[in-house]
Amino acid sequence: MTKLKPPVNSQDHVQGNENARIELLEFGDYQCPHCGHAYPIVKTVQKKLGNELKFVFRNFPLAEIHPNAVHAAIAAEAASAQGKFWEMHDIIFENQSRLDDASLFRYGEKIGLNRRQFETDFQQPQYLEKVESDFESGVRSGVNGTPTFFINGVKYEGIWEEDELLDQLKSKTN
Amino acid sequence: MLPIGTKAPDFNLFTTPDQKFKLSELKGKRVILAFYPADWSPVCSDQMALYNETLRFFHKHNAEILGISVDSKWCHMAFSQSRNLHFPLLADFEPKGGVSRLYHVYDDKEGECQRALYVIDEQGIIRWSYLSPVGINPGADGILDALENMTNNKT
Repeated sequence: MTKLKPPVNSQDHVQGNENARIELLEFGDYQCPHCGHAYPIVKTVQKKLGNELKFVFRNFPLAEIHPNAVHAAIAAEAASAQGKFWEMHDIIFENQSRLDDASLFRYGEKIGLNRRQFETDFQQPQYLEKVESDFESGVRSGVNGTPTFFINGVKYEGIWEEDELLDQLKSKTN
Repeated sequence: MLPIGTKAPDFNLFTTPDQKFKLSELKGKRVILAFYPADWSPVCSDQMALYNETLRFFHKHNAEILGISVDSKWCHMAFSQSRNLHFPLLADFEPKGGVSRLYHVYDDKEGECQRALYVIDEQGIIRWSYLSPVGINPGADGILDALENMTNNKT
């Protein structure tokens, strides 16, 4: 049983009910096709479980095989400075095939970020550090590829298609 | 697998078409041996791609990693280039699986290495090992825990 290190904390981006009994955490890479496949599944699961679920995303970019993954991750983190982490996270996954810097800035504008501030924040070292510390937490938690899910702090080794993931999550409410 | 405390058998294998690599060249450094079945496993869960990203954590512990499979040096070269790997892959190719046998991690049925890890200390002594189910990428956390324990036990 592999545990999440460190547990979800104030550095994390949390979507949904913070006090929910079910916590789903994804280690993801914005340029990984499997994560792109998981994206709508997570959305559906969130919709179905509503207030019962808290969703958390940590970055696990494999930079050498996905050359745009780190910048995409930084872009989402930098968008959090304007309170739009999840909007950026979503638009990146919805446009996975074009993740060069110019496209990332365009997506930022599309979701209503102030472009100048976004470009400045994008250069701030703190966002790269956040991405790297997410990655390190993944390595220490036994993440070996993406996406990797943790449910209530324990690595989920099962199938993460919609039905299986939903069943697994629901079993945590009992 | 070879027991903890055993001296790691030396070997001399091709790492590029014109270069051989001897384990004893790394004396004074810690060495991670990652035996794996075959080059070209699926991308996002690929063990070697992961180790490529965790090199900086290994280096912090004075450790180098070597990937070993029965693929030929030419196959390794293509695989390494396609994944931008920044550590050596060794070809346990002739005699096939000779080094894997020395380390008790050769799978006769498949004719491939098992998925197995060894951590060797600065003096060439095996300090940690792990045999993974063949279809499962063992990740890097076990290696890092082992390296940390070695550092802590020293002081």
